[in-house]
Amino acid sequence: MTGLTTPAEDLLRELAPQVLGVLARRYGDFGAAEDAVQEALLAAATHWPQDGIPANPRGWLIQAAARALTDQYRSDTARRRRELAGAAREPAPAPVSGQDDTLVLLSLCCHPALTPASAVALTLRAVGGLTTAEIAGAFLVPEATMAQRISRAKQKIRESGLRFELPADEAGQATRMRSVLHVLYLIFNEGYAATAGPRLHRVELSAEAVRLARMVHRMRPGDGEVTGLLALMLLTDARRPARTGPGGELIPLDEQDRSRWDQALIAEGTALIEAAIAGRRVGEYQLQAAIAAEHDRAASVAETDWARIAALYGLLEKLTGNPMVTLNRAIAVAMARGPGDGPAAGLALLERLSGPLEGHYRLDAVRGHLRELGGDWATAAQHYQAAAGRATNLAEQQYLTMQAAKASARAAQAAARVSDGPPAGNG
Amino acid sequence: MTRYMLLQDYAGPAGCKPMTEWDPADVKAHIDFQIALNQELAGTGELVDAQALAGPDLARFVIWDGQGAPVVTDGPFPESKELLAGYRTIDVASEARAIEIAARASAAPGPGGAPIQQAIEVRQVMGTPGE
Repeated sequence: MTGLTTPAEDLLRELAPQVLGVLARRYGDFGAAEDAVQEALLAAATHWPQDGIPANPRGWLIQAAARALTDQYRSDTARRRRELAGAAREPAPAPVSGQDDTLVLLSLCCHPALTPASAVALTLRAVGGLTTAEIAGAFLVPEATMAQRISRAKQKIRESGLRFELPADEAGQATRMRSVLHVLYLIFNEGYAATAGPRLHRVELSAEAVRLARMVHRMRPGDGEVTGLLALMLLTDARRPARTGPGGELIPLDEQDRSRWDQALIAEGTALIEAAIAGRRVGEYQLQAAIAAEHDRAASVAETDWARIAALYGLLEKLTGNPMVTLNRAIAVAMARGPGDGPAAGLALLERLSGPLEGHYRLDAVRGHLRELGGDWATAAQHYQAAAGRATNLAEQQYLTMQAAKASARAAQAAARVSDGPPAGNG
Repeated sequence: MTRYMLLQDYAGPAGCKPMTEWDPADVKAHIDFQIALNQELAGTGELVDAQALAGPDLARFVIWDGQGAPVVTDGPFPESKELLAGYRTIDVASEARAIEIAARASAAPGPGGAPIQQAIEVRQVMGTPGE
């Protein structure tokens, strides 16, 4: 996923979903149309840099893709030919804008009937206009594996009889939109979890997620959750430069050099979320973005409005019932209450998670953090150790191992002070 | 060029504490060493892949007789030190070079900066069945 910056490539990737929309509508065969558009994109990527961008690039691509599709059908069996004849006899579809088509396309690629991994891959290819090789590189799997994942996703669409259209009712559309946003969120996180070294190219997945979220936001500017998701991505991405050290090690929020945060992204994300959250129905992404904006606007951990963050997590917890949200709320509550009774208040909130999250490393990590805030180094070390043993992300595992080692060292120092110091009490 | 996997388990020399109990500076030195070694091998064009695995707490053993439900065993395992902790795949000119790299990995800094002397299993990679 490199070299996506030339104007011709940008244009191609912008037009890819529109062209696919036209073809899928015209021939009613999404899978074949998707292959044909890939072929047209590859042809354009070869010809345009040499011959220059054609006067009507969209028309050029539609023509090239239609030709590829016809060739494909011609080489197929008579049965397929009859299908094509049938499709060609259908009345011409009503003209629709490329933007509407792109939304329909997104909602098809992100359909809840697909597994998240398939939806992510298909979205990147069909809507993002990336090649299979580029997607495979970003997910660190062989190209053949990724090609198979995409073709299975298309097969699933065919078998499930999914049509190239949006549900007629508003509730159905809202459900589709939720899965679209979820898939874009997954793509963003996949890139954001990447840190350094050989995984560096995955970072571009985040950029691709932002590009797609911007596109959806342009089409649905009044949708608060779309705006919320875009704002969340920008406000999170703003901290990327400070989030990892030279060796790819995680740097927690309270130790980040905030002067390295991207102020332009923060300003854009903050403006978006403030406009979205005022007066409309609040959703999950808007709340997450509002929390990110609170962190991003604070000059330091001490100057952070923890009470507001705790309240926002409270709303998010009610809305989603997600135990991971409760984990974050526990930290925010502890920070808001201060070093006195804060850690105990946070730990009390964690008690209800011992069922749903017991054994999850993040629960132990937060327990360790709260014990540390309370100065109980020995218990903090135990929790960090348990968390490190169950971590499923290398950067986090290394961070937790380090936290365990630091807490053990502090516990040993404290124990040494007690035994070396004057006897306690008056005895 | 020949591919080798350098496999590493959790068994350190006798008496070596778990890393979570090391001095924090030693933990950092160990992690930095692994990163530097990977960067060096990438630089020489010999690194194919390096992966760390999630800990033994999350390991599962699966056995199936082809009927009914598979038997899935989870930890704690009495022999958890023998579980794989991670591996490097390298593409090198000779077995001697593979052994040289394994030796470097074995001497990674441990507590107090002393070489940890972990046994590194060196295995030649043959290929993927069916390809």
